[in-house]
Amino acid sequence: MTPRTRRRLVLALPWAWMALFFVVPFAFVLSIAFAEPSEGLPPYAPLLRWSGEATAVLQLNLANFQLLLEDSYYLDAYLRSLRVAAVSATLCLFIGYPMALAIARAPETWKNLLLMLVILPFWTSFLLRVTAWIGILQDQGWLNGALLTLGVIAEPIPLLYTDTAMYIGITYCYLPFMVLPLYATLSKLDPSLLEAAEDLGAPPWRAFLQITLPLSLPGIVAGFLLVFIPAVGEFVIPELLGGPGAQLIGRVLWTEFFQNRDWPLASALAIVLLAALVLPIALFQWRAGR
Amino acid sequence: MSLAERPGAAEPWRDPAAEPFLRIEKLTKRFGDFVALDEVSLPIYRGELFALLGGSGSGKSTLLRCLAGFLEPDAGRIVLDGQDMAGVPPYARPVNMMFQSYALFPHMSVAQNIGFGLKQEGAARSVIRDRVTEMLAMVKMEGFGDRKPAALSGGQRARVALARALAKRPKLLLLDEPLSALDKNLRESTQFELINIQERTGTTFVIVTHDQEEAMTMATRLAVMDRGTLAQVGTPSDVYEFPNSRFTAEFLGTANILEGVVEGVEAEGVRIGSSELDFDILAEPAASKPLGARVFVALRPERMRIERVAPGTPLGDNRLVGRVRDIGYYGDFFLYYVVLANGKEVRVSQPNLRRRTERPVDWEDTVAVTWDRQASMVLPE
Amino acid sequence: MRGIGRLAIPLGLGFAFLYLPILLMVLFSFNDSRMVTTFTGFSLRWYEGLWRNEVLMGALGLSLRIAAISATMATILGVLAGFALARFGRFPGRAGFGAVMAAPLVMPEVITGLSLLLLFVAMESVFGFPAGRGASTVAIAHATFGAAYVAVVVQSRLADFDLSLEEAAMDLGARPWKVFAVITLPLIAPGIAAGWLLAFTLSLDDLVIASFVSGPGASTLPMVIFSTVRLGLTPELYALATVLVAVVGVALALALRLVRRR
Ligand SMILES: Nc1ncnc2c1ncn2[C@@H]1O[C@H](COP(=O)(O)OP(=O)(O)O)[C@@H](O)[C@H]1O
Ligand SMILES: [Mg+2]
Repeated sequence: MTPRTRRRLVLALPWAWMALFFVVPFAFVLSIAFAEPSEGLPPYAPLLRWSGEATAVLQLNLANFQLLLEDSYYLDAYLRSLRVAAVSATLCLFIGYPMALAIARAPETWKNLLLMLVILPFWTSFLLRVTAWIGILQDQGWLNGALLTLGVIAEPIPLLYTDTAMYIGITYCYLPFMVLPLYATLSKLDPSLLEAAEDLGAPPWRAFLQITLPLSLPGIVAGFLLVFIPAVGEFVIPELLGGPGAQLIGRVLWTEFFQNRDWPLASALAIVLLAALVLPIALFQWRAGR
Repeated sequence: MSLAERPGAAEPWRDPAAEPFLRIEKLTKRFGDFVALDEVSLPIYRGELFALLGGSGSGKSTLLRCLAGFLEPDAGRIVLDGQDMAGVPPYARPVNMMFQSYALFPHMSVAQNIGFGLKQEGAARSVIRDRVTEMLAMVKMEGFGDRKPAALSGGQRARVALARALAKRPKLLLLDEPLSALDKNLRESTQFELINIQERTGTTFVIVTHDQEEAMTMATRLAVMDRGTLAQVGTPSDVYEFPNSRFTAEFLGTANILEGVVEGVEAEGVRIGSSELDFDILAEPAASKPLGARVFVALRPERMRIERVAPGTPLGDNRLVGRVRDIGYYGDFFLYYVVLANGKEVRVSQPNLRRRTERPVDWEDTVAVTWDRQASMVLPE
Repeated sequence: MRGIGRLAIPLGLGFAFLYLPILLMVLFSFNDSRMVTTFTGFSLRWYEGLWRNEVLMGALGLSLRIAAISATMATILGVLAGFALARFGRFPGRAGFGAVMAAPLVMPEVITGLSLLLLFVAMESVFGFPAGRGASTVAIAHATFGAAYVAVVVQSRLADFDLSLEEAAMDLGARPWKVFAVITLPLIAPGIAAGWLLAFTLSLDDLVIASFVSGPGASTLPMVIFSTVRLGLTPELYALATVLVAVVGVALALALRLVRRR
């Protein structure tokens, strides 16, 4: 067997699988985004229809995209998603950076354990961890209970089903995705660089700002994107913790699909969401490529 | 002490009728536009310990990897013991390699590592066991068979790597900078052990190194590589005493290079005049070059003598006068940096013969530097 | 070596943030009261209730089966893909292949779910396969994004791999497949195991994609939890969370032991 055949054999299965179950489906999303909704199952009219004399008629329906552009409901949802994702990623950065730095500077024997502790929540059910926050934040929840007992507040403050709850939830769930890439870059940082900076007269905070921070930029970018990208399309957390106004794009898509059974509109939303995400990824690739 | 200097050692490369064991013929290897090996031809004889010496990036590893079969040459042939190696994959070659990183399989014990090659041949268990025992004894590692490589010291790992590479009794053993990971003392003792094992097994060794002392002490012959070509091939003493170019003269050992023109060929030797230096260099008649030829003369620091003289002493044949700018103390010898009147600098070394005596020559002294005509190594320009 | 110093404070607070919710769940799973927030006394009644909750237990069984099957498929696909990406250099179509293998990592779940559903619907109307949707379509969907994760893990493991080990094996007479079997595979096995576990957990955890591609009668555990939570919190869910935490904790402790002993 030549090396070439061997390579083809290795590549064939994953290529075929990913082509069928990942690439081809997008063709369907794209085509159905241009279809008209209809009654029946599946609830859309085919794009290609056979007209009388064996010729196919292609009907592109742009109404879905038009609606997305014209109805401010969708545009708002879309902008809100970007904002929520960006704010959450920033919160993760501020909580995660000191954690990652602490772990990177911890004694060798502790590092693995600390890293494990960061990853561990990720291995336990995501949905149940979100559920725990319902128990914490609801009106008769643990947090209000604690505050009442301490006398900080006189009556329960509404926390659940607010933007605050949603931000807490997203930050909580995605924090490990921020800490891990940050740790990866910070732990590779040569400690003698800081010693050199201090040797040359920089106090620790300055050494941090001028050495550690710029050199950990790749980790910051990676961590930010790892939180930002999935957060943009997040459905579960806004649905369970956010208020009725927290209409993020993932939630809107879900509603259009499951409640309104408007598959073409849901597909159009998916296309727009995808386009919105390709931009930061392309930017990241371009940066990384340099 | 290399084999070549041992009395009675065979020197098949001096015999035109001798058949090389390994023939490398016009081997060329390119990486894109970059020529890593440029028509390299080299005969190597049975039982040799041949060293490939050269700076970083000169193509040593590339040549070795062509021999092992990891790289396919773009042109040329490799013939081992009469068999053309073209198209023979690494796993089918009667050649084994000791890797620079040792490449010991971390998930296997020392014994499993050493037995790995025989197991691939489908050898019987008892055969493998006996050979592993034999190899462990050979590298003085009895009792370490059950250890994992991670539990060995650097020197022990080197021994296991050697034992593993020799376990299949290859026709040719390749060693890629085998001792570069060891500290100096361990490296020197291991060098002699390698020579011993090589002699006992009679295996032909090709060893890559960038350490010239290692090449000189170990090799029967060595090749100095320069940018994908062989600058010079010969026994260590041949190459050291009779460098064929300025490159080899400076690469192997230290050399002062002086420039001149052949002015006369006399009975007692060649006279090389140097207008810039205001003195003549005398060399052996064997170094004869045509009259008027421009040549380089290489002088080894240890072949020159230094003595204090009164300021204003004139220059002469094979006699320079200058001022001591600096003295390097190396323990076993001193290295004097002598600046001549025209600003040129020569290095002269003197053995440190006595403890705690005053140096015969000191900083800023005016000195004469002299040498015998045999010490003048005339190189073509 | 520069110590943790004052960074211990944000580290401790961060871990408190990560673990307090989990600890509260564990604590209140032993609560005697139906109230999910005031502790009245120790009891195991919610564990009993969980054990007898056929809907939850059935969904758990289904999810475990789907997770095991999809993780195994994902591992096969991901090992091949990761190997190709790490080792084949610049083969034709590498950029496209790399993008396709990495894209599921960042693809919003709603899109992956929607697109796969549309594919399955179209496939059914053309080929009649898959007939209806259920466990098998969920498994296919999970295998697809799981493969991407396994590929990343395997690829990074191979990137750290000392190539001279493989060369040494080949030099000693092992043919390419043999080299892969006795050298490469055993040495990347921890990575493969980690990849499998990752794919398994992701499958067990997925609500959105499963909601799209599953069919009637095939509700996975997250789907059941989701509909339960929408009706209100019950301590049974805390009990379930506690069981999952315990299982993961024990599994990780064992894995850590195994790694240490090597
Ligand atoms: N696989 C390769 N691809 C491209 N260039 C290579 C490759 N291997 C070696 N080279 C180049 O060939 C030259 C010789 O390399 P090598 O034989 O490793 O040198 P040495 O071992 O003498 O230091 C170097 O300039 C190196 O950059
Ligand atoms: Mg080299």
